[in-house]
Amino acid sequence: MSASKFHRLTDLPSDHVLGCGTPMCAGCGGLEVLHEIYDIVGDKSVIVNAAGCMTMLSVYPFTPFKGGWLYTAMASAPAGAQGVRDALDILKAKGALPEEEDLAVMVLTGDGSASGIGISATSGALDRDLDFLYLCYDNEGYGNTGQQSSATTPHGARTATSKGPTGYPGYKKDLFSIWIAHRPAYAATVIGTEPLDLARKVEKAMAIHGPRLLLALAPCPTGWGYDPAETVKIGQLAVRTGIWPLREYENGRVVHTKIPKKRLPVEAYLSRQKRFGHLFKPEPNQPLIADIQARVDRYWAGVTESSKGGED
Amino acid sequence: MKRELLTGNGAAAWGARLARIDYLPAFPITPQTEIIETLGAWIENREIPCRMVTLESEHSMMTAAGAAATTGVRVFTATSSQGLLYAAEMLFAVPGWRVPLVLVNVSRGIASPITLEPDHNDVLAVRDCGFLQIHCATCQEVLDSVLLAYRLAEEASVRIPVIVNLDGFYLSFTREPVVIPEQEAVDAFLPPFTAGTIRYRAGEPLSQGVAVLGAPTYSYFRYQAHLAAREALSVYDRVSAEFAARFGREHGALETYRCEDAEFVFVMMGSFATKAKEAVDQLRAAGQPVGLVRIRLLRPLPDAALRGALAGKRAVAVIDQNLSMGMGGILYSEVRSALYGHGAAPGVVASFIGGLGGRDITPEEFYEIIAVIRKAAATGTPPPPRLLYTEEELRGVRKLQTLAGAGSRRGGTP
Repeated sequence: MSASKFHRLTDLPSDHVLGCGTPMCAGCGGLEVLHEIYDIVGDKSVIVNAAGCMTMLSVYPFTPFKGGWLYTAMASAPAGAQGVRDALDILKAKGALPEEEDLAVMVLTGDGSASGIGISATSGALDRDLDFLYLCYDNEGYGNTGQQSSATTPHGARTATSKGPTGYPGYKKDLFSIWIAHRPAYAATVIGTEPLDLARKVEKAMAIHGPRLLLALAPCPTGWGYDPAETVKIGQLAVRTGIWPLREYENGRVVHTKIPKKRLPVEAYLSRQKRFGHLFKPEPNQPLIADIQARVDRYWAGVTESSKGGED
Repeated sequence: MKRELLTGNGAAAWGARLARIDYLPAFPITPQTEIIETLGAWIENREIPCRMVTLESEHSMMTAAGAAATTGVRVFTATSSQGLLYAAEMLFAVPGWRVPLVLVNVSRGIASPITLEPDHNDVLAVRDCGFLQIHCATCQEVLDSVLLAYRLAEEASVRIPVIVNLDGFYLSFTREPVVIPEQEAVDAFLPPFTAGTIRYRAGEPLSQGVAVLGAPTYSYFRYQAHLAAREALSVYDRVSAEFAARFGREHGALETYRCEDAEFVFVMMGSFATKAKEAVDQLRAAGQPVGLVRIRLLRPLPDAALRGALAGKRAVAVIDQNLSMGMGGILYSEVRSALYGHGAAPGVVASFIGGLGGRDITPEEFYEIIAVIRKAAATGTPPPPRLLYTEEELRGVRKLQTLAGAGSRRGGTP
C-alpha cells in the first residue's frame, strides 16, 4: 500500500470527533464503525442520513456531529447528497466558498435503505458519478423497527418477520458487487473490529473523488441476540470464519485486504447469536449449517491469487 | 422589455431564468418536460450559469432540491401529476426544513385511469404539504408568478417553498403574448439569494431536518410553519403591490372580475377561469349581474379577502376541476369553510365539478350554471352538487364500453 499514515494501532486518531452520549444501544457495531470513520473523515463534512437507527443520533436539540447533518428520508439520502454536493460546487464556482472550506459529503444509511427502498437513488448517484462517501452500516435487518428481515439478512437467520424453524429463506444481497457493477471510484468492506484495515480504507477513500462505498458489517446485540460486551468478538469471528470478507475495489480490481489464514468453522460465529439459535437447538440442523459453510467455502474458493492482498 | 409568443412552459422557464436560479434538479414528465428542456438548452449554450442534474425519480429530484436549498443556493424544479405524487413524501418534508425554493407544477389528471390531460387533483393532493400555492390563468402570469414566488419564499418571516401551478395543455402548450421583463428590472425586484443561516460551512456545525422527541416540540415546529404560512398572506400583498408598481401588472391573491355589483358569482382556479370571464361578458351583455372570483393564492388561503369579495352576493357557483371521492369539490369545501358562520355570506353556495382530465367547460354550461344558482337563490333551495357531463359524452362512452365488452367480463372499467 502507498504511503498510508496508518501502520499500527497507535497511529489511529486519539482525538474523537463524534460526540458521546448518543441514544444508540449498548454495544452497537454501527456506532463503533461510525466513530472510527468519522475520526478520519472529520468535521469538515456533511452527513446525509437515510431513515434508520442512526437517525436517532441527531434529536433536537442535541447532535454528536461536529460537522453538518441533514436527515432526508428512507429512500433518497444519495439524492440529498447530490443536492448538497452540487450546491457546494455551485458556491465554489461563484467564489462564495473557498476551496479550503469545502466539505466532504457522506451518506449514512442502514442496510434496509441501502439494499431496498434506497437502492434506486444509490444507483442513480453512481450513474451520475457523484463525488460522495457512502457509509452503509449493515446490521442485516430493519434494526430500528425491531429487526425484521431486509434484503441483506443472511440465510437462515431468525428475524421478527422470519420466526419459523428455518429462519430467513432468502440469501444476503451482495451490495458490494452491486456497487462495483457500477464501476465506482472506490468500494470497500470494513468492520469496526478491524480498525487498522478500516482506517487505511477510509484514508484512501478520502483521497479519491467520485462515488465511494464503505460497507460495514455492524454487529447488533439487540437484533442478533448476544451480550453487548461480545460485539468485538462477534465482529472478529465474522472475519475469521470468512463470513465477512474484507476487500476493496479500485481501478477495476477487487483485492482482499485481510484473508483469514485458517478459516474457523461458521458455527463459531453462528452459535454465539440467538438469531441462529434454532440451528443448534433442540438439535443441530446440520444440513442448514453445512449449506451456510458451503457457501462461505465456495466464496473463498473463487478468490483468485490476483485478488489476494494481505494474509492475516 | 420584449414581447414574445411563449407557451406556459416557456414562460415558466423564462421566470426561472430571470430569477437567476443556481440549481435545477429535474426529471421529465408530460406535460412539464418543455420547461426543463428549455432551461437545459440555455445551460448547455452557457446563456445562464445554472447547474442542472437529472435525477432518477421525482422523489430524488425533490430531495436534491431541498438539500441544495439547505446548502444556500437558489433552487428551481418542475414536475406534473404522477411525478408530484411520487415526490409527495419530500413535498411534505422540505417545508419543515424551512428553505425557500420554487416548484412549477404543470397540472395533469392522476391515475386511475391514467391520462395525460389536465385537472387539479395532482396539485390539490398536496394541498396540505406545507408548500404555498399560486395558481395561474395565463402564460404571463406564469412568468410573473415564478418571480413573485421567489420573493415570497425567501422573505425572512416566511422561508417556505412555493408551488406555482399552471394547467397542462391549456397553458403549458398554448402560446400567448408574454412580456419578458428586463433582467435589470427583475434584479431590482428580486435581489440575489442570501442564505443567511441556511447553509453548511466549515467550522459552523449545523444539523438540519433533525428528529424530535415529544409532542410539544413537534407541535411547536408545525405551528411555527403554519404561522409563517399565514404571515405569507400579508407578505404576498406587499410583494405583489411592489410587483405591480414596478411592472404594471396586478397579481393579487384573488382576481375579481366584474364582481363589485355582481349578484351571481363564479369561483374558480386556473386557466379555465378565462373561459368563465368570457361567459361573464356574454351574460353581462344579456343584462345579468354576473361576476368571477379567481383564487390565485390557495395556500395561504386569503379567506378574509374571499369573504369580502363574496359578501352580500345572492348565489355563488364554485367550479372544481378536481374530485375528492366521496366528498366532492375540494375548492368548494375550501370556499364554504371560509364563508360559513360569517354574516354577509351568500345565501347559496353551489358545487359544480367539471374539466376533469382536460374536459372542456362550454359557454352553454357556464350559462346553465348561472341559471341553476339564480333559481336556487329565488327558491332558497340549494341545488345538489352537479357533475358536468353531456348526453353526447355519455353516448360516446357507451360506445367505448360496447367495444370493451362491458357487461361480459370487467364491466367496462379501463
